[in-house]
Amino acid sequence: MSSMISIDGLTKRFGPFTAVDNISFSVGSGEVLGFLGPNGAGKSTTMKMVTGYLPITAGSASVCGFDVVNQSLDARKKVGYLPEGAPLYGDMSGLAFLNFIAEIRGFSGSEKKQRVDQAIEKLQLQSVINKPIDTLSKGFKRRVGLAQAILHDPDVLILDEPTDGLDPNQKHQVRTLIKEMASDKAIVISTHLLEEVSAVCTRAVVIAQGRIVFDGSPEELSAKSPVHNAVTIKLTADATDGIKSDLQGIAEVDRIETVNGGNSLLVVPKDGAQIIEKVSLLVRDKGIEVDELYVERGHLDQVFRELTLSA
Amino acid sequence: MSNTWVIIKRELGAYFSTPLAYVFIVIFLALSGALTFFMGAFFERGQADMASFFSFHPWLYLFLIPAVAMRLWAEERKAGTVELLLTFPIPTWQLVVGKFLAAWAFIAIALALTFPLWITVNYLGQPDNGVIIASYIGSFVMAGGYLAIGSCISAVTKNQVIAFILAAVVCFLFLMSGVELVQAFFQPWAPPFVLDAIQSMSFLSHFNGIIRGVIDLRDVIYFGSMIGVFLFANAAVIDLTRGS
Repeated sequence: MSSMISIDGLTKRFGPFTAVDNISFSVGSGEVLGFLGPNGAGKSTTMKMVTGYLPITAGSASVCGFDVVNQSLDARKKVGYLPEGAPLYGDMSGLAFLNFIAEIRGFSGSEKKQRVDQAIEKLQLQSVINKPIDTLSKGFKRRVGLAQAILHDPDVLILDEPTDGLDPNQKHQVRTLIKEMASDKAIVISTHLLEEVSAVCTRAVVIAQGRIVFDGSPEELSAKSPVHNAVTIKLTADATDGIKSDLQGIAEVDRIETVNGGNSLLVVPKDGAQIIEKVSLLVRDKGIEVDELYVERGHLDQVFRELTLSA
Repeated sequence: MSNTWVIIKRELGAYFSTPLAYVFIVIFLALSGALTFFMGAFFERGQADMASFFSFHPWLYLFLIPAVAMRLWAEERKAGTVELLLTFPIPTWQLVVGKFLAAWAFIAIALALTFPLWITVNYLGQPDNGVIIASYIGSFVMAGGYLAIGSCISAVTKNQVIAFILAAVVCFLFLMSGVELVQAFFQPWAPPFVLDAIQSMSFLSHFNGIIRGVIDLRDVIYFGSMIGVFLFANAAVIDLTRGS
């Protein structure tokens, strides 16, 4: 896995305000990196520097080996970029716009037509392609923006909130598309939808106030949750102290919380240990009647809050 | 150069995609016609020339060119498409030149549509067509000067109205510096080289030279360097205002 994007000590200051503070990471081919963080954390600013839109205050970034400052044009050729909010030329039709993009990317003749057709097909834009972009729904606009980004089949895709404002079906569609393209590209998507990270990303980077506070797989991210691997038991009847003390008897159990007004118990393990087997054995042996029994994967929301607020 | 051509095509298309372009052309033709015939006393002068047509161009352009130029960059910045544009694999100067040439071509179209007047003059008398051609070229080159200023100022703001007003003000300064009123103000106390400098900066002095039928190299260089300097400034402004 070679590194397609490498960012080293990247810093951006706007006057006295430091938007991005000494960020370093690299993304290899085949990786889909979910770039997470609260609004204003510096996600978009980082992306804008990597795509060559914003000047860099300190540090460096390169795309496919091309420095984004000194070899800007070569770097930009390798990148497909969907800016935040997917800005487009509203007065053009989707087809005219994509033709324009194809020409800008240096395609002409039959190759241009083929590229445009491919992009239209991939994003299922056939039905609206001749309408002015201004008249399209938000979902279609976003898809035209995505079509623009993937038209030249770039090695690196940088998508700023690609699913923002889409309905669940459209989100699914875009995520499927990203996964399909992932095998031979390095993809960076920014989002604040945590479900998106587990749905499409192979890696998650969380930034807060311009600094990286987490870099790892989505599983590792959810493992940071205090309730990771905890077991929820929904009892038929209200929980008794007897059941609680039985559960507390399992060695790996840290504590037991009563949730949802008394008939649900959250059994939290020490250090995220696997306790489901022991809990279910105990439930069977003691003949406790349960409606539901399942393992918590950890609430990403909670992890996100803890990571970004403590920074 | 092919990149610039792609930009020119898109920009020209953008002008004609809304009725605004046609409205502009109609206003330009109506206004230039009205000024020629009523203010310029085209018939009463009893001369077969187009001086009464061209002499109003510096004033006409003062408002019409900023109107053409105002959207060039302000609109891109407002819509955020400038971020697309500046992340394409194209150098900034090609974008600046492409947009400028598209707007200039649009003005050329408007100017070319005044041809019935030329035909009329030729029908009514025997004008010196050399002077008329020189005047057309002069008018076109001067329009380029106004346009470069307008394009540069359009990059300063996201607001097209502000871009229009600022451009009109700056163009006005360049225009007025050649007017006798302004010259008279400086004459009593300013040293002659300052007077010369102020006058030589004026659109009016250089344009008046050309419409007399004399295409002086200095006038052409003047307008050419105006265009060059302001387009250079335009690219600099774009780099300075990235992301703001």
